[in-house]
Amino acid sequence: MTAAPDIFAPRGKPLPQPARVTQVIDSVTFSVALYAVIIGVILYVSYTGAQAMGYNWQWYRIPQYFYTVTEDGFQWGEIAFGLVKTLQLSATAFALATLLGLLVALMRLSGLLIVGAVSVGFLELIRNIPLLVLLYLFYYVLGPVFGFDRYTASVLCLAVFHSVLISEIFRAGIEAVAKGQWEAATSIGMTRGQAYRYIILPQSIRFMLPPMTGEVVHMVKSSAIVSVIAVAELTTIGRNIISDTYMSFEIWFTIAAVYMVVTLILSVGVSMVEKRYAVSQ
Amino acid sequence: MKITRRFLGAAMAAAIGASASMPAFAQSATQGLSSESVIEAIKERGALKIGLSLFKPWSMRDLNGDLIGFELDVGRQLAEDMGVEVEFIPTSWDGIIPALVAGNFDVIISGMTVTPQRNLTVNFSTPYAYSGMTILANTAMTEGFTLADYNSEEITFAARRGATPATVIAEMFPKATLLLFDEDGAATQEVLNGNAHATMASEPGPSEDARDNPETLSVPFNQAFKAGGEGFAMRKGDPDALAFFNSWITARTNTGWLKERHDYWFRGAEWKDQVAQ
Repeated sequence: MTAAPDIFAPRGKPLPQPARVTQVIDSVTFSVALYAVIIGVILYVSYTGAQAMGYNWQWYRIPQYFYTVTEDGFQWGEIAFGLVKTLQLSATAFALATLLGLLVALMRLSGLLIVGAVSVGFLELIRNIPLLVLLYLFYYVLGPVFGFDRYTASVLCLAVFHSVLISEIFRAGIEAVAKGQWEAATSIGMTRGQAYRYIILPQSIRFMLPPMTGEVVHMVKSSAIVSVIAVAELTTIGRNIISDTYMSFEIWFTIAAVYMVVTLILSVGVSMVEKRYAVSQ
Repeated sequence: MKITRRFLGAAMAAAIGASASMPAFAQSATQGLSSESVIEAIKERGALKIGLSLFKPWSMRDLNGDLIGFELDVGRQLAEDMGVEVEFIPTSWDGIIPALVAGNFDVIISGMTVTPQRNLTVNFSTPYAYSGMTILANTAMTEGFTLADYNSEEITFAARRGATPATVIAEMFPKATLLLFDEDGAATQEVLNGNAHATMASEPGPSEDARDNPETLSVPFNQAFKAGGEGFAMRKGDPDALAFFNSWITARTNTGWLKERHDYWFRGAEWKDQVAQ
């Protein structure tokens, strides 16, 4: 064994220094300054715009819609109630969408001609209908036929719409597991089901987790659409408060902020889970 | 590292959100603007801009696509009395208040019921109409109901968001569930499909719906329920405009002109052949 040379001497010329302009543009100082300028312009424009409108802002009327403290004690307000309903609706629909999505993905990967075709047909059908039209179909057409109430119709509509997106996430995750894993599983005598259960799905979860987070956030946001069929949830509550008080500006900013807080908490939470999962791998 | 970036993203999003809420500091500007009344702006412009959202028989399109209805008569007469042109700006219900605030029109004449909560945000003129509402019910679901039976947690009402019936239902039947839809048609459809027990509307609407669907729909009470009245809505901080519109409405009420036009659109059927059914 001969020892490697102590000093690694690269051959060829070093990379040229980037141009002075590029260096300035890439610097942290420049980025922060640019950010400050852009935000400053947005602030200035919205401030002057609001002044020109002369709108009488009534932010002090907003907290009562979150909670009130009366002689009877603490009471949750309408927005808090709507938020709970939104979370409940999204969670139910997401659970259902995951099950349905897994089924569609497995059908598609089954290798059986008819089953695969059914799955692709379902996928293309749902993916090419706008969510609003799908909701009207579920509520006004399928609702009376199968006797759904508005809540069931919304849960089913959201679940079906998201199941096709989730099924593609599952498919990508499963296909991302190296082919050798399948061969290894088969060679030790595992059936297809066992291979999925013990070898493939546990590994593919790592690939699925990041896009699934996006899907959860997407679900919370698209649940707002059920306000058109008067299901009680955050957006519906917001619109109802506006029709009672005419405070369009304050209420819409508030509702948007509530959605943002929820989805940010979800993303941060899941990214922590992701990190933990990565360590244990 | 990933988390840090996400937090940075959150901070940036929060900053943008805060920038949107900044106009809160603009309140003091209102006083400066209030000295310039919208009445002056209308006279200078030579045109009165009226915002409305289409809603039978208050305002609707006839077979040629022209706007007709009670609000249109009121708006045209108002402009004529002021000696200016009139311009109607149909706006969806959700956008009508922001558009008023942004100055897209001078006044809203769109069957807006005066309520204290709304009055805290916009100014209302004295009422120019008092609409009577009747209940349109799903016959099978409300078999043998008295009026008091409707005020129960098990009862579901449907109505158009923002319209007078929604206000009357909330007032008369506080215990019942009230579902709000974007169109009148959707509210009636709910009752027809049995997803809601009843809705409310100004006559002759309910009687016609009941006649068209005699097996499912009926008008259970031969009685009209009244709301507080409908007023013009305008921006806050303009006492001149409020005074002018109030005087105009008082004068036109006293001469009986408003009642005559109201009866024409709400009781008569002469205009029916002008619109698509």
